[in-house]
Amino acid sequence: MSKKYDAIIIGGGHNGLINAAYLAKAGKSVLVLEKRHVLGGAAVSEEIYPGFTFSVASYVVSLFRPHIIRELNLAEHGYSIIPMDASFQPLPDGDIGLCRWGDASRSRREIARFSKKDSEVYGEFSKIMTHMAKLAKQVIDHPAPDVASINPKELAALLRMGKVFKNLGPELLQMNTKLLTMSSADFLDLWFESEVLKGPMSVSGIIGTFLGVRSPGTAYVLLHHYMGELDGAFRSWGFSKGGTGGVSMACANAARSFGAEIRTNVDVSCVKIKNGKATGVVLANGDEIESKIVVSNLDPNRTYLKMIGENNLSPEVTSEIKRFKLRGSSGKVNFALSGVPNFCRKREGLEFMKGDIAIVPNVDYVEKAYDQAKYGEFSERPYINIVVPSLTDPTLAPPGKHVMSCFVQYAPFNIKEGAENWPKLADKFGDAVQNTIKEYVPDIDSLVEHRQVVTPWDLQERFGLTEGNIFQGELTLEQLLFQRPISGYAKYKTPIDNLWMSGSGTHPGGGIMGSGGELSAKSILNEKAI
Amino acid sequence: MPIQTPFHPRTSEHNKNLSWKDWGGYFAANSYDVVNDFEYYAFRHSAGLVDITPLFKYKVTGKDASLFLSRLIVKDISKLKLNQATYCCWCDDRGMVIDDGTVMRFGEHEYFVTAADPSYSWFSRFVKKLDVQIEDITDSICALALQGPTSREILKLMCDADLDNLKFFWTTRAKGDGFEFKISRTGYTGDLGYELWIKNEDALKLFDAVWNAGKNFNIRMSGIAALDIARIEAGLVMNGVDYHSSLHALIPEQMSTPYELGLGWTVNLDREPFMGQRALRAEKKNGSRWATVGLDINWPDLEELYNKHGLPPRTAAGAWRQSIPVYHPQHTTKQIGYATSGTWSPILKKNIALATIEIAYAEPGTEVNFEVMVMHHRKTVRAIVGKPQFYNPERKRSILKNKR
Ligand SMILES: Cc1cc2nc3c(=O)[nH]c(=O)nc-3n(C[C@H](O)[C@H](O)[C@H](O)COP(=O)(O)OP(=O)(O)OC[C@H]3O[C@@H](n4cnc5c(N)ncnc54)[C@H](O)[C@@H]3O)c2cc1C
Repeated sequence: MSKKYDAIIIGGGHNGLINAAYLAKAGKSVLVLEKRHVLGGAAVSEEIYPGFTFSVASYVVSLFRPHIIRELNLAEHGYSIIPMDASFQPLPDGDIGLCRWGDASRSRREIARFSKKDSEVYGEFSKIMTHMAKLAKQVIDHPAPDVASINPKELAALLRMGKVFKNLGPELLQMNTKLLTMSSADFLDLWFESEVLKGPMSVSGIIGTFLGVRSPGTAYVLLHHYMGELDGAFRSWGFSKGGTGGVSMACANAARSFGAEIRTNVDVSCVKIKNGKATGVVLANGDEIESKIVVSNLDPNRTYLKMIGENNLSPEVTSEIKRFKLRGSSGKVNFALSGVPNFCRKREGLEFMKGDIAIVPNVDYVEKAYDQAKYGEFSERPYINIVVPSLTDPTLAPPGKHVMSCFVQYAPFNIKEGAENWPKLADKFGDAVQNTIKEYVPDIDSLVEHRQVVTPWDLQERFGLTEGNIFQGELTLEQLLFQRPISGYAKYKTPIDNLWMSGSGTHPGGGIMGSGGELSAKSILNEKAI
Repeated sequence: MPIQTPFHPRTSEHNKNLSWKDWGGYFAANSYDVVNDFEYYAFRHSAGLVDITPLFKYKVTGKDASLFLSRLIVKDISKLKLNQATYCCWCDDRGMVIDDGTVMRFGEHEYFVTAADPSYSWFSRFVKKLDVQIEDITDSICALALQGPTSREILKLMCDADLDNLKFFWTTRAKGDGFEFKISRTGYTGDLGYELWIKNEDALKLFDAVWNAGKNFNIRMSGIAALDIARIEAGLVMNGVDYHSSLHALIPEQMSTPYELGLGWTVNLDREPFMGQRALRAEKKNGSRWATVGLDINWPDLEELYNKHGLPPRTAAGAWRQSIPVYHPQHTTKQIGYATSGTWSPILKKNIALATIEIAYAEPGTEVNFEVMVMHHRKTVRAIVGKPQFYNPERKRSILKNKR
């Protein structure tokens, strides 16, 4: 137990594992400590009921950076993504709903049922958004520049970022300003007229935030979702083979192949700090492990307030970190089903269900769901993003049976009964979701073999996500780039020397991207911190 | 998945090659046979029948229809006479081309517009308070193109229209045996030819009548591949291939003005304001960036390059659509443009291409260098710049007045 490591990484989420892989690849001795019995954090696959494997939390992949796959040989270690082709929006009253496909003409026909104009503008819109996202990509693949610094390196980085925007040209620059300031619903109004089409499009702007589609600033989050790329193709989402835990497993295998050591069931209670310097970690059982540096893959709140502790922080930093917004707003309900949940019997085949299924019949529907959340209730009729990955990946369920993952918003962490009472409300919350689905799949009750309800409280207690925020902190403008998590410490550093961060609470933010882990490791190596 | 046109029951019977392409969301036969030369030759020697249903089609009506179209289109549509048709293009306010197509006048207040891209939303944006109705009839009207020297004789056998007097780019109503349709003397082959427009319900009646009438005139089904060869010979540019709609282009380098596309002849500059007028006036005054030209690619040069390897010269089978660099007359490393599509012309026995090149090199007769790949090596051969139109037979426009 007395070996001294170059680096200890607290938390075996995918970012922590990637961080470990990069450091180990550079020849450093690395130890990853994960509290749970499984690796992956929010990107995890677990066989919750015999034969049924759930992507318990995150469920689709698209933002993962392709260069990380190349640099860490992840494909060799099992990284495999199956692209999704369709995006289906069932509608009430027996309508056949709206399905958007990879095939542009087919989507055009589907949208034309609601608005001919929109059907044609749709392509123009995607083009521009993809273009904007491509430029934004240059921003997310580098550490955020420090705007307050006069260090030439920082200025060069700022300049590079400025250039990206300059190259947009006046029209796109204007568009960019709109994106940064408008609400996602208002932004979409600039293009589209159909409330039906705008429904599923607008919700991309609120995922993981405690905001509504009409709240300013949400347009930017919309763009975040256009940044996805699979195999170099922009804006496509996919399923990780074997669930999203497959991504984490590949990262862990890569880290091990470079010599990293990974332990599960190890609860870290705090970072050992001597004279303002991190020197290792203290485990919950009292053991101590020494290292030259420590990397925390936990959210900013936990890293600062638990791992470091207020005693070791200045009051200014403490109050700033306390202002960092978490405000979890979503939950998950995962179903084990005895058969296919058919969301539209009027459609032929099941292809339309092999992508995501969005329960959001129109824009008002989400805004109403938000109204309830504002006053501390979960939405009775929430926005639900559903996938049935077993239709694509049969390894997830016994033959003929299926797993159905439901991402649900809004489920506010701060429920009016008090967050700690979420466990008592879990069943009611599960019922609200199941009843909402029943409006489209009348036989759902008879298909359900098991149901796993993951409330925001569970996300905090089981996954270590403070206040159940799925991105380790809201993805709102004021908490992005050089302000993520707080200004002055946006470059994976903390006020404690030799203590670094790597999770989605750092730039560029949440989602299965790998960027936090990668950029943090590269910064550590660049600075020759070890 | 593309859908089927109303002619599909017939075209699929003919399509022995099972080669289908997605054209505007419809299945379109790429070629009906593995060897598709004959489908091309039908255009030049007899008659080729093409299912052109996937074209986007709009009916524009209302008291202000003439005014409306004249404001949106670079050509003064109000000058179009009843039953006349015209080829034209429309631009955004920067004078950048959005699409090209055909406009036909079917009534005092009724026009028929065809386009390569969906255009409903673009047109609708400008209706505002005008008395104009735009109806998308893409999915309710279908069409066949019958192109080639025997096309007139075939149509005369199956309908009552006075085709001997129907001039190039004019239209007429026609009656067949139990169905009515419209004929326009238009097409995409640069040859004598007609396009037949009919409501979906009567599609198969029309098809069968044309096919039966054509049997003694060597009628053939022709696919998109054959059409591509013919349209390059005729110098007709294609949206999405030789240029990109400014609605889809992301940077100015990807956009083109009518002048740059060789469509300057479709612009009526001096009249009431129209979309893009200001920019086009400025361009007319200050000059264009590029020109669209035809390249006659030197065959002996190519022969010699192959000869060095002990090989006979070869070209791609059929037309190609990739971008190929065009270099400076003297400096073979200085790029001055790019070809966008090309073909071996079976009728001219020439290797030809449509190209976008810097205006300074666009003068007909200029000799430039064209990149070729010979036995996996990049080389250049000489090419002569000319008008894009390589082939323009007299029969395309001729009238048969004193026959019969
Ligand atoms: C419900 C939900 C749905 C989501 N859906 C998607 C989606 O579909 N697509 C997408 O791209 N993103 C999605 N996300 C976001 C994405 O999953 C996360 O942003 C990402 O997985 C975070 O990875 P990470 O490595 O930064 O942090 P985490 O995954 O949060 O890793 C932190 C790790 O630290 C461990 N830990 C905590 N405390 C301790 C301790 N004291 N000692 C030791 N270990 C500790 C935790 O157990 C965990 O493994 C979703 C998230 C949630 C919660």
